[in-house]
Order: sequence, then structure tokens, then C-alpha cells
Amino acid sequence: MEIRSQEFKKSAHIALHDAKLQRALGNLKAGFPGKRAAAVARLPEFDALRDQARDLKNHIIEHLDLYLEEFEKNVIAQGGTVHWCRTAEDARKTILEICRAQDAKTVTKGKSMVTEEIALNEYLEANGVTPVETDLGEYILQLRNDHPSHIVAPAIHLTLDDVAEAFHEHHKRPKSDDPAVLMQEAREMLRKQFVSADVGITGANFLIAETGSTIICTNEGNGDLTQTLPKTHIVVSSIEKVVPTLEDMTLFLRLLARSATGQEFTVYNTLSTGPRRQADRDGPENFHVVLVDNGRSDMVGTEFQEMLRCIRCSACMNHCPVYGAVGGQTYGWVYPGPMGSVLTPQMIGIENAGLLPNASTFCGKCEEVCPVRIPLPKLMRHWRDKEWEKHLTPAAARSGIGIWAFFAKRPALYRMLSWSSNLFLRLVGGKRGRIRKLPLAGGWTDFRDMPAPSGKTFMQQWQERKS
Amino acid sequence: MANPRPRVGLFVTCLADMFRPEVAFASVKLLELAGFEVEVPKRQTCCGQPAFNSGDRKDSADIARQTIEAFDGFEYVVGPSGSCIGMLHHYPELFVESDPWHQRALDLKARAFEITSFLALHLDMDKLSSSFTGKVTYHDSCSGLRELGVKKQPRELLSKLPGVQISEMEEAETCCGFGGTFCVKYPEISNRMVGNKSENIRATGADTLLGGDLGCLLNMVGKLKREGIEVKARHVVEVLADMLDSPAIGEAEQGV
Repeated sequence: MEIRSQEFKKSAHIALHDAKLQRALGNLKAGFPGKRAAAVARLPEFDALRDQARDLKNHIIEHLDLYLEEFEKNVIAQGGTVHWCRTAEDARKTILEICRAQDAKTVTKGKSMVTEEIALNEYLEANGVTPVETDLGEYILQLRNDHPSHIVAPAIHLTLDDVAEAFHEHHKRPKSDDPAVLMQEAREMLRKQFVSADVGITGANFLIAETGSTIICTNEGNGDLTQTLPKTHIVVSSIEKVVPTLEDMTLFLRLLARSATGQEFTVYNTLSTGPRRQADRDGPENFHVVLVDNGRSDMVGTEFQEMLRCIRCSACMNHCPVYGAVGGQTYGWVYPGPMGSVLTPQMIGIENAGLLPNASTFCGKCEEVCPVRIPLPKLMRHWRDKEWEKHLTPAAARSGIGIWAFFAKRPALYRMLSWSSNLFLRLVGGKRGRIRKLPLAGGWTDFRDMPAPSGKTFMQQWQERKS
Repeated sequence: MANPRPRVGLFVTCLADMFRPEVAFASVKLLELAGFEVEVPKRQTCCGQPAFNSGDRKDSADIARQTIEAFDGFEYVVGPSGSCIGMLHHYPELFVESDPWHQRALDLKARAFEITSFLALHLDMDKLSSSFTGKVTYHDSCSGLRELGVKKQPRELLSKLPGVQISEMEEAETCCGFGGTFCVKYPEISNRMVGNKSENIRATGADTLLGGDLGCLLNMVGKLKREGIEVKARHVVEVLADMLDSPAIGEAEQGV
């Protein structure tokens, strides 16, 4: 996927003036946060579970090697294969090789952000394997040659009419704007693909070390058909998804659905443990797990380690006022919102993504709702530290801060700066009490008035009273 | 000398100093009402947040040391801003634990309070009186709310004033879009956020917007004025201290 994160401001401008997108974002805002709040209110121990989840994740990350090796051992014991992939390219090649070994023409895919991260679809297509997305949202996006704008609800930026238009064009049927008719259409189209696919690729919400199982949590059931019907099932997962036991997994499942959509539980929670056994009535003949690192192990031991706790619930973006204003595609790569603003610079380089960790008021709402208590504002600030260290901060901002700090470190001079600014703004404001236009302050006065100071500085007045 | 009154160092904050001195005077008045002796250390400047949030750790640490020294010896450090006091609470992050400044920063953090939460702890609220009458709505500024737990305190204090009627707005806890340098780095997004906010304020039918942080208040007032929405705005301490002689924030002087 083309990286456009450094076009954030331009994309934001377009997004803010896109009436259809704004309507779609309004639906998001009206939906998920309220449902989450209601679900949380029904579970008094929710915050205690968050603490447990945070602590358990910290433990897992400290022992990531141990749990991943245990996971591998148990996958093998169940008859499956584990592939360790350091980079996105390693992962793409590994997956293609498995497909080629099966002489695969088409693969069905369950929803997986990791496969977006490694740009799998483009790669498979370029190598003669046709990927078919089976999650309804992802299917719509694939028809439109579009990309997800949200990690849980990938097509949230589209309206019903966009979907009707895409289906009409690709399915060659009369256009309908009845959701039930559209659903039925998608079902018919996808049903054929489920049956004829050679390989099924899914992601994983968690990897369970003690059993060698993987689990997907979906609301459509498409993942189940993707992974049970083809001869070969490939699970593509990032390494930080591992949890020690099934019991531990249930802790995260309780948090995941509530944080994401406000459901008590996701509709389908499907565990895969190795290929089909003789007594099994269905299931794949081959079971592969592709473990993707792609920069994650580099985060261990750094100030960004806490980001590895993320369970991809999307609560941070659902509640983020910046995401809510501009939508996910403005972020210009795979992961949007606050979690993306921390993860994206790690994966594509801070020099290609510096505008993302800056696109936050640090209001802290993301951290407030995060089920594993990731201090997202702090981590975004760490990226700003990195930018500063590498001299990537825009020159005007850097020199502005430098000049200001020069004064701030000299109290007497700072008094004079406050005194003169105060006087200047009072003169400009006159008796109106506010300023409509101020040179060099267009960022402020293009959109709002600037209240003028109501009198001399406090420090001046305080001195006058004391003397 | 019998029972000297405990000393509070007032952290004035840049915006109160430069834009709204009434806020600092009201803070002094309220702290004195609560029985404290208030001083204004001369060596204070800014809390350093603009540098901290821009990734400039060195200048942040320099400013932190200066602030720590300026407020040495005060039993409490109190300021009329959740954001600036929140920054004081970040100071320990600027020093490694083996650095003696780390302990001094922790010590300052333990003494530093946002004004409404400090008053809620130390002021006999029955002493409050204000000539203010009107319907107000209260914006919860993010740093105060999420870093310092300021939510009930200003409302508790206001509830002691018979002339104040509170009408809560939708999304009172949603950011107004100020965000320090954010509002000029991403002006269009900031504008959308403050536009949502001014609409929620207007919808309450309140005649006055109150809040505990001047950054947010200046931002919201600026937008309300630009949109021609007739809602006045004050820092909450102006109402609590009955210091209502000045025009509200951004209002013209009388008779103009």
C-alpha cells in the first residue's frame, strides 16, 4: 500500500470537506462509543480486568520468546507448521510458496490487518494468485480497489450508496439500496468462492501457547468458511498476539468485544488447532502459521514496548476526536487513529510518518478507553522526542520553540516578553476586547477571534500593588 | 508567632499573566479565603509544556529545574490550570531516577494542585459567596480531567452559589481542539473540534461558559465570537471569587 502519511494535512483538508465521509464518520461517533459505555457499565469488574490484562500482557512481552516457542512446539505437535518471518517481504514470500505448493489459483481471506500491513493482496495478484476478501467490509473495499479506514469496521468511511454502486457495477445486477438485498448478493457471490478456493488465509486475534491454537473473532462467520473449506489454512499473525493459556485468552475476549463494538462477546469465536484429524468431519488438510515480526521485536526494551500490549480493539480511534474529524484514510497507511500514530512510525520510519504522532491534542481519551491501558499520548510524545533528536521537527517549529525557551529560562526577560506581547495585543484589540485578524497568527484567526488581554499583565499589577 | 498560615506559591500560568490577570487575582483571593498565605515567586515563568510536547526534552528539563527551584519551600503550589499543573506532574519523567532532580520533581508533584481540586480539599465551602446569577455550562478540560481527576470539584464549589444554575452540555469531556500548538499546527482539524464544541455549548441555552483552563477558554470564546453565538465565558475562579467587574473573556469594555 502506498504510504501517504506525510500528506496528512492535505488529506485532512479534503476529508473535512467531504460531506459523505463526514456523514459516515457521524454514524461511527453515534455508534461505538455509546455502545462501549453501556457494555462497560454492565460489567462492574471491567477496570479490574483491564489491570489484569495490562499486567498479563507485560508478562508475556517480557517472555515473548518463551511463549512463542511453546506455541510453535504445540502447533507442530498438532500436525501444523510454523513459519518465522522477520520482515514483511519474508512473510509475503512464505505465503506465496505455500500457495504455489498447493498450485493455488484463488485464496479466500478472512479479515486481517497484518495482511494489509505486509501488502499481501497486491503481491499475490502480481504472482498469479487471486485473493478474495470474504469479510463484507473488506469485500466491498476490494471491489472498489480501496483500503480499510478502520481496523475493525474497515468500510466505515463508505455510505450505503457507495456499496450499492460497487455491487451494481461488479455483480451486474439491478442497483438496490436495500441492505438485505445487498447482503444476499454478497452471500451468493462469496459462497462460490468459499467452495472453490484452494487456500484460506485468516488472521488471528490470539495465539494460544499451551495448545498451539489460533483464534479469530468475527461477527459474520466468513472466517469459519475461509478456514474450514479449503485444503490449506494459513494463519497470518504478528508475534505479540501470543497468550499463555486458553484461560488467559478468555480474559482478553471479555475486553475485546466490549471495547470494540460494545458487544458482550463477538458472535463467532473460532479456534483452530492443527489440520483435520481422521475423526474430524471437516477442516483443512494443511495448517500453517506465519508469524510476522516486522519491527515488533525491535520495540521490546524501548520506550515503545507498551504498544505491544495492543489487542487491536479500535476503541482508541472510535473515541479520538481527530480520527472522528478526518477518518482513517487520512492517516495514509494501514493503522489509523492513536494506535496507528504510535505503530506506523515504527513500521515505515518516523521520517515518513512524523505528522501522525503530532496530530493529537493529547486529550488522553484514547488512554482512558484502552482495554490494556497503553499510555498512547506518552508514546506519541516519545515519537516527537525522536523527531527532535533527529532534527526532523519542521524548522519553523524548532526555532520557534528555541527562541521561546530562551526567554522562558530567563525570568526577567520572560516578564518583558509577556509585558510587550500583552501591550501589543491590547493595542490591537482596542476596546473591542478581541482581535479578528492578526498577522502570523492565521492558524488561529482564520477560524476564530483572539480574545485580547483584559489589562496589564498580572505580574505588573501584582508588583504595583505590593510596592 | 502562633500558628502561621501555611504558605502557598501561586503558579500564575502564562495565559493568566498575559491575557486574564483577573484569574490570578481571583485565585489569590480564594486561597486566602481558605486560610493560606499566598506568594507569587518571581522566578517562575512557563511550566515548559510547549517544549515538552514538541519533543524538546532538554529545554523542558531546564525549565522544570527552574520551576522546582522557584517553588522550593512552599507547602503547596497551586495554579488555575489543569494543563500547567498537569505539566508539573510530568516533571519526574524528565529525569532519570538516579538524578537528584528526579526526587525533587516528585516532591514538587506531591505539592502541586489545580486550584479547584485544592479548594475542594481545603476550603470551607460555606464561606463562598458570589453575586453571579445565570445559567452556566462547564467544559471539562482534558489535562485536568484525565491527568488530575478534576471533574466533581468545580461543580461542588459552584453548587454552593445560589445564583448558579448548571446546564451540562453534550460531550462536556470531549477536547475543544486547543491542544497547545496543535491549534496552529492543524488549524482545520482544531477548527472542526471547536466548532462541535461551540454547537454543544449553544445547545444548552446557557448564558455563560465556565472552565478551569484559559487555553481552552480562549479557543472556545474565539469560536463562539466568530460564529456570533451570544454566550459569555469566564474562568470558574472569577465566579467563585465574585470577581465579576471586568467584562467576560473577549468581551468589549462597557459602553463600547
